[in-house]
Amino acid sequence: MVDPVIASRLQFAVTTIVHIIFPVMSMGLAPFLVYFTWKDIRTDEPRYEQLRRFWTKIFAVSFVVGTVTGIVLEFEFGTNFAAFSTTAGELFGGPLAIEGMMAFMLEATFLGVFVFGRERVSDALYFVSSVAVGLGTWLSAVWILIANSWMQTPRGYELATENGQPIVHLVDPVAAYFTPRFTYMYVHMQNSAVLSVSLFMAGVAAYYVFRHHVWGYSVANVGFWEATLKIALVALLVTAPLQVVHGDQYAQHVYETQPQKFAAMEAVWDTERYVPEYIVAFPTSPDQLTDPRAKELFGLGIPGGASWLASGGDPNAEIRGLNEFDTEPPPVAIVFWSFRAMVGLGFWFILLAFWGGYRWWRGQLLEDDLLHKALMGSSLLGIVAVELGWIVTEVGRQPWVIQGVMKTSEGVSPGLTGAEATVTLAGFVLVYTTLLGLYTYVVARIIRAGPPGGEDLRTVPDDRPDPSTPPAEVPADD
Amino acid sequence: MTDLGTLATEPLFGLPLPALWFALLFAMLGTFLFLDGFDFGAGALFGVREDETERETVLAAIGPFWDGNEVWLVVFGGALFAAFPSVYADLFSRHYLLMFGILGALILRGLAPEMYEQRHDAAWQRWWGRAFVAGSVLAPFLLGAFVGNWLAGTERSFTLVGIVVGLAVTALTVVSGTAFLRVKTTGEFHDALGAYGLPAVVGYLLAVVASLGALWVTVPGLRAALVSVPVLALVGLSVLLAAGYVLALRRDHDLLALVASAALTYGLVAVVALALYPAVDPVTGATVQSAIVSTLPLNLMSVGAALLLPLIASYFVVLYSAFSGPAQPTEGY
Ligand code: HDD
Ligand code: HEM
Ligand code: HEM
Repeated sequence: MVDPVIASRLQFAVTTIVHIIFPVMSMGLAPFLVYFTWKDIRTDEPRYEQLRRFWTKIFAVSFVVGTVTGIVLEFEFGTNFAAFSTTAGELFGGPLAIEGMMAFMLEATFLGVFVFGRERVSDALYFVSSVAVGLGTWLSAVWILIANSWMQTPRGYELATENGQPIVHLVDPVAAYFTPRFTYMYVHMQNSAVLSVSLFMAGVAAYYVFRHHVWGYSVANVGFWEATLKIALVALLVTAPLQVVHGDQYAQHVYETQPQKFAAMEAVWDTERYVPEYIVAFPTSPDQLTDPRAKELFGLGIPGGASWLASGGDPNAEIRGLNEFDTEPPPVAIVFWSFRAMVGLGFWFILLAFWGGYRWWRGQLLEDDLLHKALMGSSLLGIVAVELGWIVTEVGRQPWVIQGVMKTSEGVSPGLTGAEATVTLAGFVLVYTTLLGLYTYVVARIIRAGPPGGEDLRTVPDDRPDPSTPPAEVPADD
Repeated sequence: MTDLGTLATEPLFGLPLPALWFALLFAMLGTFLFLDGFDFGAGALFGVREDETERETVLAAIGPFWDGNEVWLVVFGGALFAAFPSVYADLFSRHYLLMFGILGALILRGLAPEMYEQRHDAAWQRWWGRAFVAGSVLAPFLLGAFVGNWLAGTERSFTLVGIVVGLAVTALTVVSGTAFLRVKTTGEFHDALGAYGLPAVVGYLLAVVASLGALWVTVPGLRAALVSVPVLALVGLSVLLAAGYVLALRRDHDLLALVASAALTYGLVAVVALALYPAVDPVTGATVQSAIVSTLPLNLMSVGAALLLPLIASYFVVLYSAFSGPAQPTEGY
C-alpha cells in the first residue's frame, strides 16, 4: 500500500506526462494544417491535399487520445487534490471553466467539420474550421498555462482561513492571471510544440527519403516526403534557435521568481558567487548519487556560467543556495539532470537545423545519409525535451504545490486512503501504457500506409535489392 | 492594482447569481446527458446489431459529433469547480473509485471507435466493438450512479439509489440513441431501429419510479421535496413525453422523437436539481449560498459564460447542419 500523498503525486505525474504528448502533437500540427488547408484550397495542387489529409489523420488520433487523457486530469484535481482544489478553487477553477467553454468547445465541434466535412461544406467554411481547430488548441494552452503559472508565481490574491481551511481569494484578476510567468511559459511551450512536431515530421520524412535515395528502395511517394522534409526543416530553422534564446531569458526569470527552483536546477547548496555552469557533474561517492553537487564531485563546468545565466550576463552574480531556504529542497538530482538534458537537446536541435539547412543550400539534402539518420533518431526528442522541461518546472517547485502558499502534502484529498490511491495508480500505469502503445501502433500504421493516393507500403513487396550489394551503389529510380 | 469598480463587491446587475449558476450547472449536465447520451445509446444499439454495414453506419453517425458532445462534461466539471470549488473537491474525492470508473468508461468509449476503424480483421473488430459497447453502457450507468449518490447525500459510492438512477440514465440514453439513429438512417436499418424505442422508454419510466421509491425509503429528508408540486408535475410530464415519443417513432417523426427524448433528459435533471436545492452537497450541508465563490470571480465567470455560451451554441449549429441528413457508412477524412 503506497502512501496516498505519494500515490497521488505519482499518479498525477504519470497522467500529465502521458497527456502532454498529445497536445504537443495537436498544437504543433495546427499551424501546419492551417497552411496545408489554405494551399490545398487556393492552388488545387494535389501535393497539398495529400499533405493535409495525411497529417490530419495523425492530428485526429492525437486529439482523441488527448481528450480522453485530459478529462482524467481535470477530474484528478477534485479526486486526488481536494484540499488544493478547495483552497485554490476561487482562482484556479475559473481558468479551467473558461478553457472548456472558450477552447475545447471550439476545437471539438470544428474538428468534426475539419475531419469529416471536406465534401460537405464550402471551401471557405472548411478553411475556417481548420483555423478554429488550430485556434482552439492554442487557446486551451492559454488557460491551462494561466492556471499553472499562477501556481508557480501566485499573485493578485489574499489568503484567508475559513472553517480551519486556508482559502485563496481573488482580488486582482489581471495580476493573478497575466503574471509575467504566463508569457514566458506560453511562448516557450507553444514554440516547443511546433519544434517537436517539426522534428517528428522531419524524422518520418527522412526515413522515406533515406529508403529511396540512400538505400535504393523505390518509394512511390518520395516527392511527398521530400516536400515534408523541406517544410519541416524550414520550421525547425525558425523554432530551434528561438527556443534556446527564449529559454535563456526564461531561466533568468525563474532565478528572480523561484530562487529555490533555480538553485535546484544548478544544484547549488551554499550561496556563492561566480557559480560555474556544470555540463556534467558526478558525486564521488555512491551514497551521494541523488545529489549531483554534494561536496566532493567530479565535474566539468563553464566558469561563472550559472551566475551568468541567472543574471543575464554577469558571471559574478550571487546564487542563493538550497541550504538558505526554510523548506526542504526538491529532489535535486531529477531537476538538475532534466534541466541539463533539455538544454543539451536544445543545442542539438539547433545543430540539426543548421546542418540540414546547409545541406539543402548546397543541394545535398537528399543524399546526406548521416543527416537522415540523425533526423530519424531525433524524431521523438522534441517531445522528450518537453517532458524534461515540465519535470524541471513541476518537480523543481516542490515541496510547494502553490509556490510559497501551500505544500503539496497539504493539498491531497483528506479522506483518500492508501488503498484507493494505490488501486487507481496501478490502473493508470496499466491503462496509460496500453494507451501509449495503441497510439504508437496507430500512428505507425498511418505512416506506413503513407499519404493517400500513393502506394501502401504494407502491400508493396519488399523490393530491396540483394542485401549483399552495398546500398550506396544502388541507383535510385526517381 | 486594477480598478474593478463594483465588480468586486456587488453581483452583476444585482442578479441572484448563486441560484443562476446552480441552474446553469444542471443545464450543462442535462445538455451533456442528452447530447452525449444519444452517442452512448447509439453505442448500446451497436452492441445489439450484428450487421457490418449497420455497425459502420452507427460509427459514422456519431463520428463528427461525439467529441463536441463530450466537452459538455468537461465544461460541467470546470463550471462546478469554478462556482462551487469545495463541492467539486468534496464530491469528486468522496466518490473516488466511481469517478475513475466513469473516466475509464469514457476512455474506452472514445478510443474504441478510433481503433475499430484501424483494421478490418474479425477478431480485432470484435474486441474493439465490445470495448465500445462496454464504455457506452458503463459511462451513463456510473454517471447516473454518481448523480444518484449526490442527490441522496451518501458517503458510499455503491448504493441502491445509485444503481437504480444509473439504470434510469442508461435506459434514457437508449431512448435518445434510438431516436438519433433513426434520424441518421434510412431503409431497413431505420425500420428495424423502431423496435427499440418502446422497451427503452418503458424501461426508463420503470427505473425512474424505482429511483423515486428508493429515495423515498432510504432518504427520509427528501420526502417533502419528492412530493412537491414541481417534481410531481415533471414526473407526470415525463409520462406524457414518453407516450409522445413512442407515437412519434411510430409515425416516422424521428426528429420529434429526438426532441421528446431531449425534454425527458432535461426533465430528469430538473427533478434532481429541484430536489437538491437549496443544498448543493447534502453530505456536508453546503448550500448554494454557502458554497458559492466570492463575488469577484463569480462576476467574471458570469461575464465569460454570457459571452461564450451563445458562441458555443452557434458552433453546434454549424456542426449539426453540416452533417444533417443520413450518415454514410464510408464517410471520413
Ligand atoms: C523542445 C523542447 C524544449 C527545448 C529544446 C528547451 N525547452 Fe525549456 N522547457 C520546455 C521545452 C523545451 C517545456 C515546454 O517543457 C517547458 C516546461 C514548462 C514550460 O513553460 O516550458 C520548459 C521549461 C523550462 C524552464 C523551467 C521554467 C519553470 O520552472 O517554470 C526553463 C528555465 C527552461 N525551460 C529553459 C530552457 C533553456 C535555457 C533551453 C535551451 C537552451 C531550453 N529551455 C530548451
Ligand atoms: C502537461 C504538462 C505537465 C507535466 C508533464 C507535469 C508534470 C508533473 C509532475 C511530474 C508532477 C509531480 C511532481 C511531484 O510531485 O514531484 C506534477 C504535479 C502537479 N502538477 Fe503538473 N505537469 C504538467 C502540467 C501541469 C499543469 C498545466 C498544471 C495546472 C494547471 C499542473 C498542476 C499540477 C498539480 C496540481 C500537481 C500535483 C501537486 C504536486 O505534486 O505539485 N501541471 N506535474
Ligand atoms: C495538468 C493540467 C491539465 C489539465 C487539467 C488538462 C485538461 C484537459 C482536458 C479536460 C482536455 C480534454 C478537452 C476535450 O474534451 O476536448 C484536454 C485536452 C487538451 N489539453 Fe490538456 N490539460 C492539462 C495540461 C495541458 C497542457 C500543459 C497543455 C498545453 C500547453 C494542454 C493542452 C491541451 C490541448 C491542446 C487539448 C486538446 C486535445 C488535444 O489536442 O490533444 N493540456 N486537457
